[in-house]
Amino acid sequence: MALLLFFRDVLKELWRGPFIYWLWIIFLWTIIAVGGWSYIGQLKNGLVVTNMSNQVSWGFYISNFTFLVGVAAAAVMLVIPAYIFDRKDIRDVVLLGDTMAVTAVLMAMLFVIVDIGRPDRIWHMIPLIGQMNFPASLLAWDVIVLSGYLLLNLGISFYLLFSHYQGREAKLKVYLPFIILAIFWAISIHTVTAFLYSANAGRPFWHNALLAPRFIASAFCSGPALAIIILQLVRRLVGYPVRQSAIDTLAITMTVALQITLFFVLAELFTDFYFEHAHSASARYLFFGLHGAAALTPWIWTALALLVIAVTILMIHPLRQKTLLLNIACVLTVVGVWIEKGMGLVIPGYIPTPLGEIFEYLPNATEVRISLGIWAIGLLTFTLLAKAGMAIERGKLRFRDDIEEQLAGIGNEVEEDSLATTAPLRSGE
Amino acid sequence: MANKQQTEKMSEAIDHYRRTFLKRLGITSAAAVSATSAHGAWGGKTLGDTFADFFQQHYQRMTPEELRQTLRRIERKVQRQYGASINCTETPPLDGVVFGYALNISKCKGYRDCVEACATENNLAADIRYIHVLELDKGSRNLELADRYYDHETVPVQGKYYLPVQCMQCDNPPCVKACPVGATWKEPDGIVVVDYDWCIGCRYCMSACPYSARFFNWTRPDLPADRINPNTNFLGNRPRPVGVVEKCHFCTQRTRKGQQPACQEACPTGARIFGNLLDPNSEIRYVLENKAVFRLKEDLGTEPKFWYFSDR
Repeated sequence: MALLLFFRDVLKELWRGPFIYWLWIIFLWTIIAVGGWSYIGQLKNGLVVTNMSNQVSWGFYISNFTFLVGVAAAAVMLVIPAYIFDRKDIRDVVLLGDTMAVTAVLMAMLFVIVDIGRPDRIWHMIPLIGQMNFPASLLAWDVIVLSGYLLLNLGISFYLLFSHYQGREAKLKVYLPFIILAIFWAISIHTVTAFLYSANAGRPFWHNALLAPRFIASAFCSGPALAIIILQLVRRLVGYPVRQSAIDTLAITMTVALQITLFFVLAELFTDFYFEHAHSASARYLFFGLHGAAALTPWIWTALALLVIAVTILMIHPLRQKTLLLNIACVLTVVGVWIEKGMGLVIPGYIPTPLGEIFEYLPNATEVRISLGIWAIGLLTFTLLAKAGMAIERGKLRFRDDIEEQLAGIGNEVEEDSLATTAPLRSGE
Repeated sequence: MANKQQTEKMSEAIDHYRRTFLKRLGITSAAAVSATSAHGAWGGKTLGDTFADFFQQHYQRMTPEELRQTLRRIERKVQRQYGASINCTETPPLDGVVFGYALNISKCKGYRDCVEACATENNLAADIRYIHVLELDKGSRNLELADRYYDHETVPVQGKYYLPVQCMQCDNPPCVKACPVGATWKEPDGIVVVDYDWCIGCRYCMSACPYSARFFNWTRPDLPADRINPNTNFLGNRPRPVGVVEKCHFCTQRTRKGQQPACQEACPTGARIFGNLLDPNSEIRYVLENKAVFRLKEDLGTEPKFWYFSDR
């Protein structure tokens, strides 16, 4: 009963909102519709509608996937201080971190689904009814760790919210083991995603032991950067109490991670270019162009410039403490890492091909539309989950034990906002 | 009357696949799929075939009966989609055979007859060629400088040499390791094959392959009915569906019946030597034992079963 009412109250909460909330929701749905329409076209005609080719067989979709796994993993940068260092200020906002992780994993999975040629055969991967090539295939590993991470985060968030909804304190004894597991699991999702690339001996650009550390380091830049922006937004827009000390901690985390990231980039550049050889070809293509082909060169230098500006702001204390400058640094970091770990990592792996062919790739309008659609789904998911979560955390949504009051309430509400509540109620009765 | 029989056969097929699927799920449900809609046509496709296509089992786990039905269904599908009648068979690997290939680069003149013969034999889509002939400057093997789309009046061109590349049928194939669903594997005769109906189209194998030997069907192959080779097999040259990966399979439809692959037969210079590595009297064994051979990217440890050698 409590569970049923929980979902009813959550739906009711999502149905309530100021004009700007609805404008935002409608805006997101519009983008989702446009992306969905393009995806239907892709399903009908095949992936031929994208710019991908036999030479560059993964493109914009998998680039976004890679970036988003990092964002998901970076949620631990809130979880670790909240539970391991027992920081009350961060524990207040840790649910937003979990929500970010859930959303990012969901988007990452959607990016894989739009990338595969036969989404109708996805069940082939499910053990027992299908056949999963585990443990040999790193992609099988990735499916397992990503679904596991999604379930872990959903489970923890749900337990916390449902306890608070019932007016109970969540029992740390119950969920701490899962928190600890989730911390290790978070590292594993991005490590496995890096191994997905570095497993390929035939692609020297990826086949490199530094890849996984680089992935983790850059994730701990982009994740906290996004979290800082989101925390400020919820503080401003819904007045959710976010203490400045939480943001400051994230900013420090991000500063250190960005310094490490840039150091790793430097190490790669040195190895590739001090004594340039055949295996440097992809790096040469990325940074300087190869045999006249240089589509990614402006992108990677933009990314590096953004990251260098960001790290400069972050390293100088008076600058970092100015809200505007911190926000600029966050945006620059997110965009910079998105380029560097997205297109900047995936595409050069294919150029030149293992047989030395240079065939360039940039996403076309269809890929951009479908990707924007997935980002909109992510923003929508985050908005809805965060809205419900914050309402519960602030005590707006509470389970009321008085059944009669409940039943009286149900009748009234059905009249008030029929669409939102009737459907789930009926199925519940 | 015929229609009714057909309907019955189709509902039988539906029921069969439904049952095996549920069995795999571990569910035993008595609810029957309504047979009344079985003669509905989905673009000429019967509901029975639609169901059976969707639930089709992995090749290695099909019962002989399932395989037989699948082969007939594939023939029907090609008839429906391309208006061509083909014969699709199963060609199991031969005992005591592991295939290998050797190519004499001093004999290859870059005619690319192998490329075209392969395309015709294997029902390749216009944008897919299993064999790439790389034109290289003499004195270098820098593949980045190779011209793979050369278009001269006559070949060979002075100062160039030619290096045909195709799937090396690695003995330690990274593509097989990469596949998340086990849709590609190494057969007992050493050929790496793909179950086109099990592949989910993730293209991870294409990233894993160090020889660019795997190709994706970005759209449904556009095959003119009169150009379709009707002698096909399940793991080889049958027309491929959209959204799946394919590759050279040493012409399993031919070589497992004792014939030479199409590329070997088409080569006018005799540069290609194909045969059984386990047969000590085979020509390929002679080459391996008496010529200075090399393999492309041997350092990667994929153990290719495709060797190059030179007379000079």
